[in-house]
Amino acid sequence: MDQQTQEQIAKTLLKDVSDIDGVPQAAYNIRENSTCAGRMSTETIKIESKTDKSGIDIIVAPGTVQDKVYIPALVTCSGVHDLVYNDFYIGENADVTIIAGCGVNTDGCDGSEHNGIHRFFLKPGAKVLYIEKHIGMGDGSGKRVINPETYVEMEEGSTMEMDTTQIKGVDSTKRTCTGIVGPDCTLIVKEKIMTHGQQSAETSFKVDLNGENSSCTLSSRSVARGHSHQRFLSEINGNAKCAGHSECDAIIMDHGVVSAIPRITANHLDAALIHEAAIGKIAGDQIIKLRTFGLTEKEAESKIIDGFMR
Amino acid sequence: MLELKNISFEVEDEKEILKNINLKIDTGKFIVITGPNGGGKSTLARVIAGIQKPTEGQIFFEGQDITHADITQRAQMGISFAFQQPVRFKGLTVFDLISTAAGRDLNQTEACKYLSEVGLCARDYINRELNASLSGGEIKRIEIASVLARGTKLSIFDEPEAGIDLWSFKNLIDVFKKMYAAINGTIIIISHQERILKIADEIIVLADGNIISHGCRDEILPRLLSGTDKVDFCPYQKLED
Ligand SMILES: Nc1ncnc2c1ncn2[C@@H]1O[C@H](COP(=O)(O)OP(=O)(O)O)[C@@H](O)[C@H]1O
Ligand SMILES: [Mg+2]
Repeated sequence: MDQQTQEQIAKTLLKDVSDIDGVPQAAYNIRENSTCAGRMSTETIKIESKTDKSGIDIIVAPGTVQDKVYIPALVTCSGVHDLVYNDFYIGENADVTIIAGCGVNTDGCDGSEHNGIHRFFLKPGAKVLYIEKHIGMGDGSGKRVINPETYVEMEEGSTMEMDTTQIKGVDSTKRTCTGIVGPDCTLIVKEKIMTHGQQSAETSFKVDLNGENSSCTLSSRSVARGHSHQRFLSEINGNAKCAGHSECDAIIMDHGVVSAIPRITANHLDAALIHEAAIGKIAGDQIIKLRTFGLTEKEAESKIIDGFMR
Repeated sequence: MLELKNISFEVEDEKEILKNINLKIDTGKFIVITGPNGGGKSTLARVIAGIQKPTEGQIFFEGQDITHADITQRAQMGISFAFQQPVRFKGLTVFDLISTAAGRDLNQTEACKYLSEVGLCARDYINRELNASLSGGEIKRIEIASVLARGTKLSIFDEPEAGIDLWSFKNLIDVFKKMYAAINGTIIIISHQERILKIADEIIVLADGNIISHGCRDEILPRLLSGTDKVDFCPYQKLED
């Protein structure tokens, strides 16, 4: 593959995973095929390479006001097996949006893989919105694999929302997310997954609600088409007066298979935990309603899926 | 514009829901179908919209035999149908529904116009998801707005008043009056409400799968109110919620 195609792929992936067109006007670190392809720190957000392993430390200064940092990772060709450790240190009362995302492109028969381990340490009062998009691209038969791992440690009064999306092209994914939630903290995790063909996706959440008045919401919306498989495991341990909610809402099509496996444990009398799961095909009356607007069955189906996955 | 010839709808165990219905509706008429619960009104509406296939008979729309046309084709020919029980969608918004109904890219202002017409404060609703958080009355009105947005030759409303409070109901009558004047089309409303019956050109009484009477309002309404037509039906029944 020539230099130009390579650059074009990188550009497309970058736009798709992080909405970056050109150079972002904020702190950023772009990782491409296991190396750093660009970096900028700012007054409030410092990005430094790790010295003991591959990855970066992102340090957000206390009191940072509504800032942003972009940390996309790209794998643009076959045969890359990337492993990265990124640690985020969020200072007291800092408010930051982290735009992560990973694109894997394969054009040969060799697979490519990105394994990202993201750890977040939130000081009291910190507020984080973490947005992550995963996509696979390319015509190669090599498998596109993305295994993200997140670990969140939250100190008093901090909040974290993680929005993750994987809509197309990733053959195999194993996502794990661990949360250690302190007093008066709120953790929200929303994931959206669509799988096709022979793809498989597994999500495993484990949250310990340790602090008084801590809460978490784990929600998964997914569509499994073709012969794809999905598994949704959610474990919530209520170890104090807390509220935990996990929900899995899945549409199955063709021969798709989805299983939802909740495990909620109340170790404290004032822990209130809920799990909800709904798995099924598109409701027939939804299709009928849209057909009475003149849509064909196929058009109705994709309108319903688009809305569901938005 | 619409003609049903010998329409029957039978389900298993030879239970006939519609029994040899013959019906002719002229262009531009405002028709109200009434009759007791379980009489077959919704089934008749679904048969017209193509959602249920009659076991016997033929349906003509604007002179064309549409007996074998499917839901999509009938919708494209100009038939709209507001369900008795509107459908909810996770993820789709009120705006999505209205613009899908309109069949073109509406801007927010245009979509809001339809919502305002059915008495919803548009700005509060336009971006709401069509999920379980909407009340029964709200989703009914959105359903009516979606049919308004389509503005087709034939619009069918199945018990539009159900779930709508008395306060808003008065405005609803105006909605239908206005719509009737504006779209120049044919309207069929399934209703138990005297106030809706009062604005009809024609009234059809359907009971036990049969049309027991069909005529102009001034002929049918007095009979319904005086109880001459012996159907188990009270036009003064309270609005249900
Ligand atoms: N597909 C069906 N299978 C069995 N029974 C049905 C079916 N559709 C309607 N019915 C029955 O037919 C009768 C008429 O229903 P419906 O058309 O909803 O009446 P209405 O709208 O006048 O209250 C009811 O008793 C209903 O239970
Ligand atoms: Mg009915």
